Amino acid sequence: MHDYTITEHAEALRRGDYSSVELTRHHLDRVDAGEALNAFVTVTAEQALEQAAEADRNIRNGDAGPLSGIPMAHKDIFCTRGVLTTCGSRMLSNFVSPYDATVVTRLRDAGMVSLGKTNMDEFAMGSSNETSYYGPVKNPWSPDRVPGGSSGGSAAAVAARLAPLATATDTGGSIRQPAAMCGITGIKPSYGRVSRYGMIAFASSLDQGGVLTRSAEDAALVLQAMSGFDARDSTSLDLPVPDYGAGLGDDIAGKTIGLPKEFFGDGVEPAVAETVQAAIRELEALGARTVEVELPNSEVGIPCYYVLAPAEASSNLSRFDGVRYGHRAAEYDDLLDMYSRSRAEGFGEEVQRRIMIGTYVLSSGYYDAYYIKAQKLRRLIADDFTRAFEKCDIIAGPTAPGTAFPIGAKNDDPVAMYLNDIFTNSVNLAGLPGISVNAGFDADGLPIGLQLIGRYLDEATVLNVAHRFQLATDWHRRAPGGYA
Amino acid sequence: MEWETVIGLEVHVQLQTKSKIFSGASTAYGAEPNTQACDVSIALPGVLPVMNREAARLAVKFGLAIGAEINQTSVFARKNYFYPDLPKGYQISQYEIPVVGRGELEIDAGDGPKIIGITRAHLEEDAGKSLHENFDGFTGIDLNRAGTPLLEIVSEPDMRSAAEAVAYLRQLHALVRYLGISDGNMQEGSFRSDANVSIRPKGEQKLGTRAELKNINSFRFVEKAIRFEVERQIDILEDGGEIVQETRLYDADRDETRSMRSKEEAHDYRYFPDPDLPPLVLDDAFVAAVRDSLPELPHDRRHRFIDTLGLAPADAAQLTVEKSLADYFEAVVGATSAEPRIACNWVLGELGAALNQADIPVEDSRVDSAALAGLLDRIADNTISGKIAKDVFAAMWEGEGDADAVIAARGLKQITDSGAIESIVDGVLAECADQVRQYRDGNEKVIGFLVGQIMKQTQGKANPKQVNEILRRKLAP
Repeated sequence: MHDYTITEHAEALRRGDYSSVELTRHHLDRVDAGEALNAFVTVTAEQALEQAAEADRNIRNGDAGPLSGIPMAHKDIFCTRGVLTTCGSRMLSNFVSPYDATVVTRLRDAGMVSLGKTNMDEFAMGSSNETSYYGPVKNPWSPDRVPGGSSGGSAAAVAARLAPLATATDTGGSIRQPAAMCGITGIKPSYGRVSRYGMIAFASSLDQGGVLTRSAEDAALVLQAMSGFDARDSTSLDLPVPDYGAGLGDDIAGKTIGLPKEFFGDGVEPAVAETVQAAIRELEALGARTVEVELPNSEVGIPCYYVLAPAEASSNLSRFDGVRYGHRAAEYDDLLDMYSRSRAEGFGEEVQRRIMIGTYVLSSGYYDAYYIKAQKLRRLIADDFTRAFEKCDIIAGPTAPGTAFPIGAKNDDPVAMYLNDIFTNSVNLAGLPGISVNAGFDADGLPIGLQLIGRYLDEATVLNVAHRFQLATDWHRRAPGGYA
Repeated sequence: MEWETVIGLEVHVQLQTKSKIFSGASTAYGAEPNTQACDVSIALPGVLPVMNREAARLAVKFGLAIGAEINQTSVFARKNYFYPDLPKGYQISQYEIPVVGRGELEIDAGDGPKIIGITRAHLEEDAGKSLHENFDGFTGIDLNRAGTPLLEIVSEPDMRSAAEAVAYLRQLHALVRYLGISDGNMQEGSFRSDANVSIRPKGEQKLGTRAELKNINSFRFVEKAIRFEVERQIDILEDGGEIVQETRLYDADRDETRSMRSKEEAHDYRYFPDPDLPPLVLDDAFVAAVRDSLPELPHDRRHRFIDTLGLAPADAAQLTVEKSLADYFEAVVGATSAEPRIACNWVLGELGAALNQADIPVEDSRVDSAALAGLLDRIADNTISGKIAKDVFAAMWEGEGDADAVIAARGLKQITDSGAIESIVDGVLAECADQVRQYRDGNEKVIGFLVGQIMKQTQGKANPKQVNEILRRKLAP
């Protein structure tokens, strides 16, 4: 039953084929069986079964929505009341949140059942899930390889059918890149669509919540429930959320797909390029037209991102000082020493690196040369997309330049690691919606992601094209061996 | 050498909003520690700020009152530094674009009016408090105050003496209270000032190196701290030394300033625009609504009191320090047939003294404006004399009723019957033949004695004007 879509589960629950408690217990068993993946930091079995029982009552009373009783998991970046919320860090290894993130509240209000909290790169800083204080997550397709990151735990859990879906966040590719590496579907909506309240901040102007699922159809359902204005987040958009299900099955004949030539250059592994080209031919077969577009500033996307994101992070992470909650060093000489030791012990190497980069680029005398310059580049990158969308309805390309790499392979080379996000982070800089869907496999059987990027606020087209692609192919139905 | 003092002031004014600037927590003073510290106040992971528009309204009100330009788009920035009472590790403030731009304030330090430039005023959040007592070697942190809205008002270096600095602070303090944007309570930290002080040879245009004096939270300490600092700087320069740019702390117990940190140790605050908050946009309608809500400003009101009500400048100034006092005065003037000048004397005189003695604000006066107007009417229509009126006021203050009731109960109604007064006068003149003779011999002063005798016989109730007239007529040769 773990292979069903959310809609199929919802129908089965309503028919009484099985109960939410049974469905939840089944997934909890799979979570136990899949423990070696290290996908979860915390499993809340007891709470999940209580929530499932409540959902069953509601379903019996006819008081159920499309997500009632469906099990899921939250990335451990979302605050969950009464449940450990670590953000993958030793700094928060003792932090039990006293409140729920808006996303958590909304999915709970929709009747969903939370199985627990998934592993992630520390403070969402990483592309391989290797920076987690709780150890690396293994890719279900190949246990010696990374699942991608930072939402690696969520991606591995969904790919291995431990949960039908999991929440995730994306600052520079952290939903789409692990979706690609784990062969699943992951959507990052437009900046401002999903409330950031209770989502522990990495880079506030780039962070966006989204969801990892096994299909675009499922993604549309869950995103619908997550989205919408939240008065507690001043950057959330006070706009109506369109019905994502309404146009999901629309014909895509006549849609124009832009192919940025910068996304098909030398840096892309041949298998990735071929698979993505094949996927684009599939879309053409469905009646879409393709046109070449230019994103001339995309080459500065990585340096721009790696100035702005650390700058914001260096400030966002200042609250972790050991004073009010979180890790505090056992011994210290004075206040400064308490800060230094607590933060040196509480933060891992990658987080410390980014705090230092961010502190540097904001420093007096360097601010204009780095931060202001990067803000200007960000504008140019966004303008590139605006111009490209004058010629097309949606942009397609690879999600990541390569497939999942072996655990440990890029640990000594941060820049090589950062290049994983070369096709994703410009989308965050521009605030656009993007999705990654599985488009095939390389010779080693590792999944390859097709990225579709939409106009600002046009999640509907992104989901529509992804869904039509999935109706015509079955790549998204493939399960990793041992987890089918 | 003759030295000139140059002073600029930075004043932090707590704005009188019910809730904090970026959260719904209460701003009330004096609650148990950390009982007004919500998730946002303690900076839990994941929380976000949401702007309280009321704080912006109060800031704009101030801006309009000092004739400043209002930046209808202003930007919140993060000022980054670590301190235990700063829960986020940064303070949300405004840096490059403050909500209030350049304006000015007129002061008078006793030598005539002077205009002081105000460079800017920006919105920011207050920090919490560190408590060092009773924690067994630890420091306690109270975050009730964290997030209370502040308006930081920065002046130009336009003041030339400690007296001018104090005059500026008093004027500013009166203005924020007058506008109702702050309670101005200095003991509770609602009005806190830092002073930038430098000296230069008289006639020199270039500014000297300044010291920033922190922690001077009463008008008296401002004056003392600046005086001390100016002397210190003069001593250094006259001994051939150099002033170092630094922050100095005023120690009221020792009446001295001492170095807190030098420029080299100054923080690099790494300001950048807060990505959690969009720019604060105030449309024309918002600003217009604030403009419409502005009361008549103290400066304008003072001039109106002088020009149209004929008050003395000093009295007009005193009446307009507090809006409530000026309102009370105007209510009295509107309700009485007495001259405004008389009303002013009573409000600043008897009423002021009574309020002072009872230590209550005019809003709580035991004699309201209508009652005082009624009393002044009885003077104006000669029912009682001004002198008797003071006794009546005292009785009214003690709750014996309005003026008419007190006058009736105590039988204080003035004798204005000419025939009655005339017969009393005749009696007195008959008893005081000596004095009558002295008067007629040219000693006019003796008339005072005769008036006194008449008043004594009438217990002060005879109309003094009539007594004088009749007496002079009868004494005329």
